Order: sequence, then structure tokens, then C-alpha cells
Amino acid sequence: MKIEDLVEDDRGRGVFRVHRSSMTSDDLFRLEREHILDRCWIYIGHESEVENPGDYRRRTVAGRPVFLIRSRDGQARVFLNTCTHRGALVCRRDSGNALVFQCFYHAWTFNTYGELIGVPGEDAYGPAFDRKAMGLGQPPRVENYRGFIFVSFNPDAEDLVTYLAGARDYLDMVVDQSSSGMKVIPGTHQYTVRANWKLMVENSLDGYHLVPTHRTYLDYMASLGTDDSGQTLHNRTPATAKSLGNGHCVAEAAARNGRPIAHWHPLFGEDSRDEIAEVRQRLVEAYGESRAYQIADTYRSLLIYPNLIINDLMVATVRYIEPVDARHLEITAWHIVPREEPPKLHSIRLDTFLTFFGPGGFASPDDVEALESCQSGFRATEVEWSDISRGMLKSVPEGTGELQMRGFWRQWHANMQGFSKTNVQDREPADSESAAIR
Amino acid sequence: MNGQVNPSRSGLMMAHFGNPTLRQLVEDFLFKEATLLDEWRLDDWSELFTEDARYVVPTTDLPEGDPERDLVFIDDDIFRLRARVKRLNSRHAHREYPWSRTRRFVSNIQAQETDNGEISVKSNVLVYRFRSGEEAPYVGSIDYTLRWESGELRIAYRRAVLDQEGLSSHGAVSIIF
Ligand code: FES
Ligand SMILES: [Fe+2]
Repeated sequence: MKIEDLVEDDRGRGVFRVHRSSMTSDDLFRLEREHILDRCWIYIGHESEVENPGDYRRRTVAGRPVFLIRSRDGQARVFLNTCTHRGALVCRRDSGNALVFQCFYHAWTFNTYGELIGVPGEDAYGPAFDRKAMGLGQPPRVENYRGFIFVSFNPDAEDLVTYLAGARDYLDMVVDQSSSGMKVIPGTHQYTVRANWKLMVENSLDGYHLVPTHRTYLDYMASLGTDDSGQTLHNRTPATAKSLGNGHCVAEAAARNGRPIAHWHPLFGEDSRDEIAEVRQRLVEAYGESRAYQIADTYRSLLIYPNLIINDLMVATVRYIEPVDARHLEITAWHIVPREEPPKLHSIRLDTFLTFFGPGGFASPDDVEALESCQSGFRATEVEWSDISRGMLKSVPEGTGELQMRGFWRQWHANMQGFSKTNVQDREPADSESAAIR
Repeated sequence: MNGQVNPSRSGLMMAHFGNPTLRQLVEDFLFKEATLLDEWRLDDWSELFTEDARYVVPTTDLPEGDPERDLVFIDDDIFRLRARVKRLNSRHAHREYPWSRTRRFVSNIQAQETDNGEISVKSNVLVYRFRSGEEAPYVGSIDYTLRWESGELRIAYRRAVLDQEGLSSHGAVSIIF
């Protein structure tokens, strides 16, 4: 099948479908590497994960072994984790603190700037051997947006802020929650899912599945007396969705349960009411009433194309999706929190995270099951298409519609054909609407 | 000694090998727990816990993780633990419906009475889980604080630590580990 035909997008008739080979084909996966993972900005980590000089985090990003390190000068840097001598991994722990990295194989030594500072028996090399040119490799581009560090393996990538387009404003809504800044707390949720990475992207933005798939979660919340009890499909799920440019998308809804920033709920207890009011007051003072409303009183599931999800629901998680091959993805998910907040609110926050999110939560395991189930179903290759047309003819997007997924897929399809942007004419009427959040 | 404890040397035995009676007691209790879990008798399992119980599973990258401070996988009080059981008993915990087959092996049990009359326990656990062609084992240790309540042993604290580097191929901690 030709690449052009993998996505059928007919706005007139409201048809949007994706050929399932996009989720199973090794050839298409190789093409995704070339056209998407090697060209876009890819998230590597948050600066709070490397607080002090020498702090490092080892990661796999877009297939490459890399590590993020705070150099001696206080700058966060990213290095390709391979010895320039013959290839061994130079950083061999997932995290730690070190001011020098000695390769165990032949004992070449590198500092926190990646410079090669030690070569045993250097006099055996000829004049062409230039130690200065043998420092650790770096991704061609590394940029930090308000603590979120991204790399690009495309030297010609547009700058990060331009790339983020409309997603920048939503990233700001996460960062602006706290005047002290945000930090990622220790402990990560790492798990493998036997499914194509794009299924996880879709799932993370999918408001339609919430009620049927996560019934046990909703029942539990109802049993605690949240206002989710007895609600219908429509007022329980994300209220609207937007394409934000460059493939970035968001699904938004009015917050139903409490948020430590700064949406009080009876479950939090009377004694936290004043503290939350104070947090709220600070937001209003800093950003005005309507921005404070958006920051505090809405849920946002944000995709930063192609593979970073920030789910800012009751609390906020940063979820990185590493495409492993056509049939496997790896998740690394973190909990991002205000650097400073009242202890009571902080402990509510930690507890709230675990009910919904993560491998031991009441929701995420069922998403994993859904993804693997779809991937298994794809083996019936006679059924060739997946339908993603929900809400396509609506002039105002609904939370249970799929506009946000179509935004992702349109960008994907453009990229796969070698274009960096989608054709503006592909947009839906609802895309231009700045639909109010109810 | 042929299983017979010499009373004159019991102090020494306690110090060096632990009290065999206590360990047997604890062993019986843990074997019973494992059976309840393997047979999916989760309501009965939840009744093994005290009202102030806590069940914690730290993340794979931070086995020493503290739920007061760090991100963990599970940090249940008795209410969420019962809700977890209710969820697994429903037909809507999709990762476990239909239920996976599990087989638990509990070993290397060490039990020690604490000053306040509770029993502090360490154990090694291997849980095989079979479902949908997946055969990944969960391997790790479980520490307990057990307490006597109206003549029965009860779990006041259960901390299950996975040895895996990540939840590769499990995708979740969808069973009780
Ligand atoms: S491969 Fe690193 S020193 Fe030789
Ligand atoms: Fe979900």
C-alpha cells in the first residue's frame, strides 16, 4: 500500500480511517524513525531530575542510548551514551552523581562536559589522533523550555518554541501552577506494552473510552462521594478538544474531582479548604481570573507530538512513550509536582495520583489491556481499517470526539510522506473554533 | 537435635536461628495467604488485614521508595485495598478478566517478635502469572508487620518489593503482588 493511502481523510463525508498496517509493519516503523523520531523534538527529561552538578539520568530516546547530566558549570547537557573509542556504554547506571565517567573497557575518561580527559598510553597514538575531537557525541539540538528538556536529531529542526506552537500555552499551564517552579519527584513508572506506540498516543487523548473502560475507577470515585456519581457519558468526559499545530493536540474538560491546584473538593477535608483558597488567590493575582480558572479548574490531556503526553487531571503526570518496534512500546512516567506546597495538599496529591495512574492504579492497567487487545486484533489482516471519524462533522468538538487523534494522525501522515506540516486545508471546521470550556 | 528444642539452649537458639515455633506459625499464615491469592479468594484475603493496614509496592527503579515522599506503584489503606479487591472481583478490571492463572512460591521466611508484641517478617516471593500467552514472573521480597487480633494473626503492613528493573512484559501490577 502506498503511504498516501494509509490515512483516508474525507471531511465532506466525515470519513477518517487509518490503515492498520501503520501499526504492524516493520517497514513503516523504519520510515517512522526516519521521518518522525529522527526529525521532531523528543522529550528527554526534566531539569529537576538533575538538580546538582554531576547528577545524571540514563535514558533511551528515539532508540538511542543517551544520558542527561548537570555539568560542573550548572548547565544541563545531553550526551550520546557510547564511548568514542569503540562503543561501550560510558554511563552504566540509570541515575547517580559523577564528575568523571571512565569507560570500563579501555579506561578512557570523560568529564561532565563530555570532553575526553584521559587516555591510557596516549603516546601510542599518531599525530592524527586528536583527543579534543574525541569527546562524547551529542544530539545535534538540545533545548529547554521552562524545565522540560528536548533533543532533536535533526540539525535543521526549527527552534523548540516555534515547534511547540499552541502546545506551549498548555505547557505554561503546568509550569505556572507553582511560583516556586515544578519538579519531578523520585520514582518512575516504567513498563512495556505489547502494542504500537501510536495506540498509546490515541489512548492518552481518548475521552470516548473513559466510561466503558474505566468503570471500576469511576465506581470507586463514586463510592467516595465525588460528583462523578450518577453522571452521564457526556458530562463526565472531556468537554472539548483542539489541534494545536505541528501535530500537538489537547483534550480538555472542567475538573470534576478535586485538584490540589486549586480546586477544592469535600474529599480533601474541610481543613484543606483555606490552603486551597490561598493557592487559588495567588493564581488569580498572578494571572487573572480566567487564566487561573484554566490552570486550576480544568483537566488537560496534552500530546506534544510525537510521543510525549502530559496528563494534567486531578494531578499531573508526564508520560514518555518510546517506540521500540512496530509491536512494542515502553512507557516512562513521572509525577510532576510544585516544588513547594502545603504538606497536607502534597500528601493528597501523592495519594490521588495512585488511584488513577500507573501500573498499580485503578485505570492504567486496563488501558494496557485495551492496547494489547487492539494489537492482537490487528493480526486479522482482512479487517484493514481503524475508524477515527467520531465527531468529524460537528462544528464544535466534543470531549468524546476524536478530533485530537485526527490532529495527530494528520501530522503523522504528512511526516510519513516527507512533509513537515499538514496541509491547512485538512483542518476541520471545529479546529478553528476556540470552543469554550464548560 | 532432631527438631527437639533443648530448653537449656533455647535462648541461644532464639538468638541464632529464630524461634522455630514462631516461624512455623508465620509460614502457615503466609502459605494460607498465597493460597487465597492463587485461588482468587480476594475477599477472604482482604480480611487478613487490620483496619489500620497499609499495603505498599514501590517502583522498580526505587525499591526503597517512601510513599510519603516518592512515587510508588501502590500505597493502599484498608479502604483502597478493599476497593482494589472489589475491582478485581468485578468483570471490569480488564487486565484481570478473565483472571490470570498464578502460582506463588514463598520462601526464605524470617520472623521476629518486636518489643510491642508484633511480628516482623521477611520473605521471598516468586509469582508466576500466565495470561494471553504471557508468562512473566514477578520476583521479589515481601515484608510484613503481623499483629495478633482476637487470637488471629492479621497483616498491619505489607510491603512488596519487585526485583525487576522495570515492568517489562508485565505492563502492570494487575494482580496482588
Ligand atoms: S571502548 Fe571505551 S575505552 Fe575502549
Ligand atoms: Fe484510559
